[in-house]
Amino acid sequence: MPAIAAVELRGVHRTFGSVRAVDGIDLRLELGEIAALLGPNGAGKTTTIDMILGLGAPDAGSVRVLGMHPRDAISRGLVAAVLQTGGLLKDITVRETVRLTASLYGEAQPVDEVLERAGILAIANRLVGACSGGEQQRLRFALALLPDPALMALDEPTAGMDVEGRRDFWTAIRHDAERGRTVLFATHYLEEADAYADRIILLREGRIVADGTAAEVRSLSAGRSVRANLAGADQANLSKLPGVRSVELRGDRVLIQTTDSDAVARYLLTATAARDVEVVTQNLEDAFLALTGDDPAPDPAVTPAGRVG
Amino acid sequence: MNVERLDDRAAPPLGGFNLTFLAIEIRRLVRNRRTLLITIVVPVILFELFRVNRRLAAASSSEFGPAFTMVGIAVYGSMLAASAGGARVAIERALGWSRQLRLTPLRPVAYIAIKLVTAMLLGLVSVIVVFALGANGGVDLPIGTWLAIGLLAWLTSLVFAALGLFLGYLLPSENALQAIGPLVGVLSLVGGLFVPLSFMPDVVQQIAPFTPTYGVVEIARFPLVGGSFDVLWLVNVVGWTAAFGVLAALLFRRDTRRT
Repeated sequence: MPAIAAVELRGVHRTFGSVRAVDGIDLRLELGEIAALLGPNGAGKTTTIDMILGLGAPDAGSVRVLGMHPRDAISRGLVAAVLQTGGLLKDITVRETVRLTASLYGEAQPVDEVLERAGILAIANRLVGACSGGEQQRLRFALALLPDPALMALDEPTAGMDVEGRRDFWTAIRHDAERGRTVLFATHYLEEADAYADRIILLREGRIVADGTAAEVRSLSAGRSVRANLAGADQANLSKLPGVRSVELRGDRVLIQTTDSDAVARYLLTATAARDVEVVTQNLEDAFLALTGDDPAPDPAVTPAGRVG
Repeated sequence: MNVERLDDRAAPPLGGFNLTFLAIEIRRLVRNRRTLLITIVVPVILFELFRVNRRLAAASSSEFGPAFTMVGIAVYGSMLAASAGGARVAIERALGWSRQLRLTPLRPVAYIAIKLVTAMLLGLVSVIVVFALGANGGVDLPIGTWLAIGLLAWLTSLVFAALGLFLGYLLPSENALQAIGPLVGVLSLVGGLFVPLSFMPDVVQQIAPFTPTYGVVEIARFPLVGGSFDVLWLVNVVGWTAAFGVLAALLFRRDTRRT
């Protein structure tokens, strides 16, 4: 019997009017993974998370969470979420909000412990309406900690938090993931996906265009760039080297995008007068732009084997 | 989180309906000046109005004295408070709180039950305030009649708690609360709450039995007026409660599908 998946999406489609928000997603998250859904606005991140939480049903395909229907997983307190759209009552205190929510679960963590871990114990008696955006976001996080969920879904979780809040938040998330909690977060902060996710799922126009570790996703956007100082460089000649995708001249500086940086560097150093040769790995942002840009979506076959389908 | 224990996790009893939730909801009502105003001050003003204006009082009191007016005001207060209580869902929808609650095991029916109970508690407060004013203003009834009228005036406010919920899901945010005042006012006039229907034009007398106020006020006055109990009153109350309840449920479903 195969191990139970934290999340399993099969052939999921979801359309709003004429917009295909999610256009055929297959995804399996293993228990204990920290995965980031990365993509530009309108890529389908929020719609995907909503379906995993049972807030919207797919038009086609199936969604299973911990082997059950999303709403069943929620009613057993196995899934919790921090959503941007989740509103809070302004006329009750931070502690009352946590107490109220705790009373809705069959089994909940102690209120003060949760307040402490979310870093809002000191403001527990403040009215929610008097809290800053960052404090309210911490409160939503506290609410999500209450059921000690097996899966935590986060939609832009650190929006509105300051640098310190963001750091505390991720420390808490990592700590829980080490104990086996699965975390799925949607973000458009590339650094956040790079720094905290074991796995990055890149979405574009409702489809998965890349899926793998940060390093794997990075490598998908065609390798590296080689830069050197070379007066009077022969652009046509350089373009003929194996693996070269583009050659750009900026005065005496030449920038070459290539999938075979070794060959380019060897050529520059042995056959030309090039100096100050640098080989630079593409960063995640380059990969992000290459994979989510305006050009036609890349063939899904380039995604790392075993992840898709 | 121990994954081996997935099946041990249970959903909460009663779909999440519990006393902590209810207590916090009641505290919210007490903190809200606007609800207190509607529940207490409006019936007091009405009571004074009828006391000061002799012609109005003479017309409305009929053969049963000031008690007749008092029951009308009690039902009115109960209606207003209960419908305002129900309409509070509009504000919670606008805030996104309803959506936040959908991330918890709380069942929609338990949420609606909590809202109905708190709305009817507001109605009860209003009835008690009006009765205190009545007792102070010379209404003299046997204790059994007090209790019967009070209980009926309060229980029938369920119709208006359902109306409030319906409006709360129909209209955006504050608009729901603003619509309630005039609506309840018109309904109570046409339903014969303050002035006996026999004093009204024929058209009104013909429409009255079909309004949601009619059954409520006739039933509440029954212990005072006596005579024969008309089953149509009960049909009126049950029918309108069911109608508003079903409409609220349909709108609730539309609401959750969209989000």
